[in-house]
Amino acid sequence: MLETANSETLRQIGRSPVRHDVADKLTGAALYVSDMILPGMLYAQVKKSPHARAKIRRIDVSRAKRLPGVRAILTGHDLDYRLGLYVVDKDILAKNEIRHFGEAVAAVAADTLAIAHEAVELIEVDYEILTPILNHMDALAPGAPLVHPDLASYDFVEAAFSPQPGTNIANLTKCRKGDVEKGFAEAEWIVEREYTNPSVQHVPMETHVAIAQWKSGDRVDIWTSAQSPFTVRDLFCHTFKLPLNNVRVVIPNVGGGFGGKAGIHLEPLVACLSRKAGGRPVKFQATREEEFSLLPCRSALTYRIKTGVLADGRIVAQKMEMFWDAGAYADYAVNVTRATGYSAAGPYEIPNAWVDAYTVYTNKPYGTAYRGFGHVEFFWGLERHMELVAQTIGMDPLEFRRKNLLKPGAITLTGEVITEHNGDVRKCLDSVANAIGYGALTPAEKAREARTGLKIGKGVATLHKAPAMPPFTATSVVVKMNSDGTVIANVGLTDIGQGSTTAFAQIAAERLRFPLNKVRVTIEKDTDRDPYDWQTVASKGLMLTGNALMLACADLLDKAYQTAAQALRADVCDLDHDGDKIFIVHRPEISVTFAQLSIGYSYPDGGAIGGPLIGVGRYTAQGLTNLDKGSGQGLPALDWTYGAHGIIVEVDPTTGAYHILKIASAYDVGKAINLESVRGQCIGGMVQGLGTALCEGYIYDQQGHLLNPSFTDNKIPTCKDLPDEIDCIIVETPQLDGPYGARGVGEHPMISVAPALGNAIRSATGAELTHMPIRSEDVWRAMNSKPPVETWITKTPVGSCRSLPVDR
Amino acid sequence: MKIGVVINGALCEREAPENITLLHFLREYAGLIGTKEGCGGGECGACTVLLDGRAVNSCLVLAAEVDGKSVRTIEGEMRDGEPSELQQAFAKRHAVQCGFCTPGVVMSARALIERNPKPSVEEIKEGLEGNFCRCTGYVQIIEAVLEATGQPASMQELSHA
Repeated sequence: MLETANSETLRQIGRSPVRHDVADKLTGAALYVSDMILPGMLYAQVKKSPHARAKIRRIDVSRAKRLPGVRAILTGHDLDYRLGLYVVDKDILAKNEIRHFGEAVAAVAADTLAIAHEAVELIEVDYEILTPILNHMDALAPGAPLVHPDLASYDFVEAAFSPQPGTNIANLTKCRKGDVEKGFAEAEWIVEREYTNPSVQHVPMETHVAIAQWKSGDRVDIWTSAQSPFTVRDLFCHTFKLPLNNVRVVIPNVGGGFGGKAGIHLEPLVACLSRKAGGRPVKFQATREEEFSLLPCRSALTYRIKTGVLADGRIVAQKMEMFWDAGAYADYAVNVTRATGYSAAGPYEIPNAWVDAYTVYTNKPYGTAYRGFGHVEFFWGLERHMELVAQTIGMDPLEFRRKNLLKPGAITLTGEVITEHNGDVRKCLDSVANAIGYGALTPAEKAREARTGLKIGKGVATLHKAPAMPPFTATSVVVKMNSDGTVIANVGLTDIGQGSTTAFAQIAAERLRFPLNKVRVTIEKDTDRDPYDWQTVASKGLMLTGNALMLACADLLDKAYQTAAQALRADVCDLDHDGDKIFIVHRPEISVTFAQLSIGYSYPDGGAIGGPLIGVGRYTAQGLTNLDKGSGQGLPALDWTYGAHGIIVEVDPTTGAYHILKIASAYDVGKAINLESVRGQCIGGMVQGLGTALCEGYIYDQQGHLLNPSFTDNKIPTCKDLPDEIDCIIVETPQLDGPYGARGVGEHPMISVAPALGNAIRSATGAELTHMPIRSEDVWRAMNSKPPVETWITKTPVGSCRSLPVDR
Repeated sequence: MKIGVVINGALCEREAPENITLLHFLREYAGLIGTKEGCGGGECGACTVLLDGRAVNSCLVLAAEVDGKSVRTIEGEMRDGEPSELQQAFAKRHAVQCGFCTPGVVMSARALIERNPKPSVEEIKEGLEGNFCRCTGYVQIIEAVLEATGQPASMQELSHA
């Protein structure tokens, strides 16, 4: 896809045209599912469990049923269907046992929202409260109560996952490279530590909402605020055993997703309510509180890393154990486990590596995909750990990282050989280090310290991520020309805010060599109308759909040229085109316009040739494989996007309060298609990463009740939380198989913000932080209980002045 | 009860429940869906409208309270069929991603620049701190407000390494 990417001649790529969706979004005209009211539509409400774990002894819906205006009531026993993306473990409504606080036990559809609310209040549920399993490490203990005692009987995707029946382990992913024990034997130093982070909520500004209408003949129409229309349709049909052409999924504008709207969520429930209500459309929109606990979150993680290193700074062995807290259902957590299992070492070459990554069931709201797909969480530990290893051996952390970074010829954990075309992580790292003046304080910074009494520190962290997707991930695009020569591209990938609609229009205009105003990409998605695209996830859309789009444009031009050749009585090889017409190269006055060709070329006598110009493009990820379950070896990565952050922080050494003076971020994007869109992703993702780093996270009481399901108690960043200075830097090492050399950067800006901050705070104060979010009180605590670096050393070179801790 | 609100200059009279919020009155009785509900509890700012020129969370105002008063929403932001200077600046500066917070952000910015025609970056942050945006990271929004008020807008361009 790179052959046409000559920067000199690019007319649409690498610029910042205004987004194609803003006119509607800035006038209030943009339609979201939240805004939709269909004729005869009913409103749904859900009865939710106030307990984290309980047996349902009895549900009495009789009083709710008698309420005028109630059209349908469902409980778990009315629904004999189970859902699951990879492990089929979830009932649409809880049956017999409650597995998390906020889980749905019954649902009502009524004429108005007020009636639905009242009806839910009238439903009586008799629970037998059980002791919940809340800590995922406790859930691993032998004899721990089982969240899913029937795990052995569940269907699951065998090619990729390994549930462990009789335990709370929903999946175990292993990765083995070299001989880790031999590596540790060679190592002069061994450093080991554990890092943790809690569950976090995505916070799309539009909460989850779906409308469904179950019509006669089991034909179902669904309008949903979801990321992936085809995944909703396909999983829906799998659950209800319906042919795919019975179900139509429509997605208009989506008010943010961040992974939380990948997969399938409310659609089956509203569809069942519609069926029960005789086919009237039913709408359910989660409240903000329900968004926190009825709908999924990001999984918590405990990450143990043991690193063997030589005195010159070369890492020779690393053992990595990840314990992902799935919550009550496996959903995406098992795939987060798989994807992070093979990425766990970051952009570093580790000759001898061992990864065991577990997905653990607990009685908490369940985890799903969240921007970064596990990388935000594990990079917290990994990049804090790299800092610790460098400190231990007395090497500068930046130099230590440089020494171990992946270089062309390096081999990843799964056996992939990195080439110079994969991108340049070192350039990213050096750029951010340079941007923050890494390694020393400037005279101005020193003066500021002297003036304020505050401590200034600087830290860096790297990041990488490949799309987590099946090796056969496919997409397709249809490009249609209208009779005036304008073009509409039907793309199955959803623009949930990332700007893909505009980037695709630029790519199509570039490939067609048309002005941008002649190309429009559909915003609303419709599985009946749009061609297949697997999912809107993983930062793979630009590359895969972009490639399919380029092929579709080439196909449309091919067809136009064939008809033009006939019409002009010329060979195709003698033709060229501009934005309006196809002409003979050596006789440019002989031409035919695209408008004349668009719906078939008509001769003066009325006879016609050709037909409507439609281009089709298909693209499948190429050369990827499943991973071997025992060794984790294989080729999982469509591409790698590398990056790095550098942070300058100012810390109050008395209170632990801190403020970010500057953050510099760099990513190797291959080729920036829309500069301002790239910048929007970089800053937006970075600030979302700051939320994770500074303050966000679920807090439970001892019984598993979620204590902070609101913006009052679960803060997210506002514009007042911005760092004083923000630098966004792009590196452009072309991706050979990316459209115009581009690769995705949607998720990456969120990754590694937290460890860069943790490293900067460590540099300012010596505080050793191992848990995020990093609240001021955590910094204060860490400053006031500074264990020596030796605490984490389990092997030292002979003659080292560092001694092993006594208790080891 | 009968509630009459002057919305974007035109009187809108409807029979509506006395406990209905201004947000739901706008969306369900006046047919103006541009004003969004993000939390329903006055925490996120997505429902911001101007009430007698002041930015308010319309989810915290009862429609009955504003009977006879004047409300401005995102639907009233165009000027003679053309985008306002704020709308143009938001478009130009890529200050919109998913767009769900956008109407509320624009109305807060409108209230700000009507009382302070040349706000500083700090004043813009003060003026918009009640509006959550989960997509943009706010920087391009701040730049858009600077641009709309004729001030140098680029806080920091994207740079190539």
